[in-house]
Amino acid sequence: MIIFQHVTKEYNHHGTVALDKVSFKIQHGEFVSIVGRSGAGKSTVVKLLIGEDKPDKGQIFFGSYEVNKLKPSDMPEYRRHIGVIFQEFRLLTRKTVFENLSFALEVAGRPQREINEFVPQVLEMVGLTDKAKNFPTELSGGERQRVAIARAMINRPDLIIADEPTGNLDPLNTWEVIKILMKINELGSTVLLATHDKEIVNTLGQRVITLEDGKVVRDEEHGRFLIG
Amino acid sequence: MVTLSRIIKYGLQAIWRNGLLSASTISVMILAALVFEGLIIFNVVGKSAVQSIQDKIDISVYFKSNTPEDTILGIKRSLEGLNEVKSAEYISREQALEDFKAKHATDDAIKQALDELTSNPLLASLNVKAKDPHEYSTIADYLQNPSLKDNTEKITYAQNQTVIERLIALVDTLKGAGILLTIFFAFLAVMVSFNTIRLAIFSNSEQLSIMRLVGASNKFIQGPYIVEGCFYGFISAVISFVILIPIVGFLSPYLHSFIPELDLAVYFRNSYVLLFFYQLLFCIIVGILSSSIAIRRYLKT
Repeated sequence: MIIFQHVTKEYNHHGTVALDKVSFKIQHGEFVSIVGRSGAGKSTVVKLLIGEDKPDKGQIFFGSYEVNKLKPSDMPEYRRHIGVIFQEFRLLTRKTVFENLSFALEVAGRPQREINEFVPQVLEMVGLTDKAKNFPTELSGGERQRVAIARAMINRPDLIIADEPTGNLDPLNTWEVIKILMKINELGSTVLLATHDKEIVNTLGQRVITLEDGKVVRDEEHGRFLIG
Repeated sequence: MVTLSRIIKYGLQAIWRNGLLSASTISVMILAALVFEGLIIFNVVGKSAVQSIQDKIDISVYFKSNTPEDTILGIKRSLEGLNEVKSAEYISREQALEDFKAKHATDDAIKQALDELTSNPLLASLNVKAKDPHEYSTIADYLQNPSLKDNTEKITYAQNQTVIERLIALVDTLKGAGILLTIFFAFLAVMVSFNTIRLAIFSNSEQLSIMRLVGASNKFIQGPYIVEGCFYGFISAVISFVILIPIVGFLSPYLHSFIPELDLAVYFRNSYVLLFFYQLLFCIIVGILSSSIAIRRYLKT
């Protein structure tokens, strides 16, 4: 379960409030979209949840972790429970597709036998079996994003966070990515999708949290993208 | 153990895949290693040069022609008992004449003049060398002692005092300059290597943040870079040493003619294991330290 409790985050150097007393709860297994215009605070929610930044006020819980109180030394272990997908893919460019995936398992100390078994399975799931030996620079945008998704899910995390994962993709690849996210959700992982793509949100018909100027203005069980 | 083998694997993989960057880092480190090795050789040459100058400084005490040999040998022993004295060589009147004859064997005029002599005009002497050139004045003072003075004809120190002092000043300057140059160039070599490795890591900083995002611990991020640094150090040490061998071979005869006491090639042959060990140690320490310091700023989460 994810809990944001009166979370406030200000970026002093910009003089702006990124999040203003934001509170919400997400149950295990939910598929939640966080929507809003650019600068509404979507990416800040993601950053705070993965521990890349700390809130100024409020508390953030993920499972048994109180994220805002985690020490730098606790972060590696904590992050292995979360898979993150970014708009700009953020793959290790000097490692092959196979190695990008195996790296996530190796840092978690998984045995080689398990790695050799898991990586091909996940690659098959995202349809990239034949690209295992390619480097990310040799792939198309859609393929890169599928590698990123495969990496995010390889540790079988409790939560997958996707921050504008379709921002750099054409419509065909966009739907490919959304379908994979839905599949991951069906397999039991919580999915948190930060997006400003109206069509995706409306088609999903899942829970939508709408942010405006750092505040939660709407939280609907089967929401739609309603931003003027 | 599994983690360590993965760290080593990633380190070696990165060296291979970043071929150009690795090659340029190794090139810079080879230059640094050559400077370091050059400094060692410079110090050996410098020491030999200083030693050669020091060996040329001595005090000769000439004894009156009627001083018995026993007295001179007694003085020799007492001089050798002094802490400041490195050696005291006795040259008898006969020996002095032999030496003189040998030295001027080709000069007919002198040879003729010597043949006409009925007695040996040369005096017995003690050739005194100090452990430290600064101590010649102390030794000279000792020789001015009234009990010795009765037997001595002349002491060369007074005549050569200015030259000796100048030579001492030259030796001191050479030693000081050697230390300063060594510190300066060693610092330069370390800084150049450090900055090259730092730039290589900086160009990779985005990758480091990605590694953190997928849950890599600090040792998993840092480890491969330390392996890289260590490998760069090892390769640079080996290559620079191979480059050094012909350089030493080329320079040795020139240095030998300049400082006859110095045979660089022989020195190199006798101490190449130690020299290579120093070089290896220097390169690996620079490699590892540079990597670990440079990467530290990227390890904050």
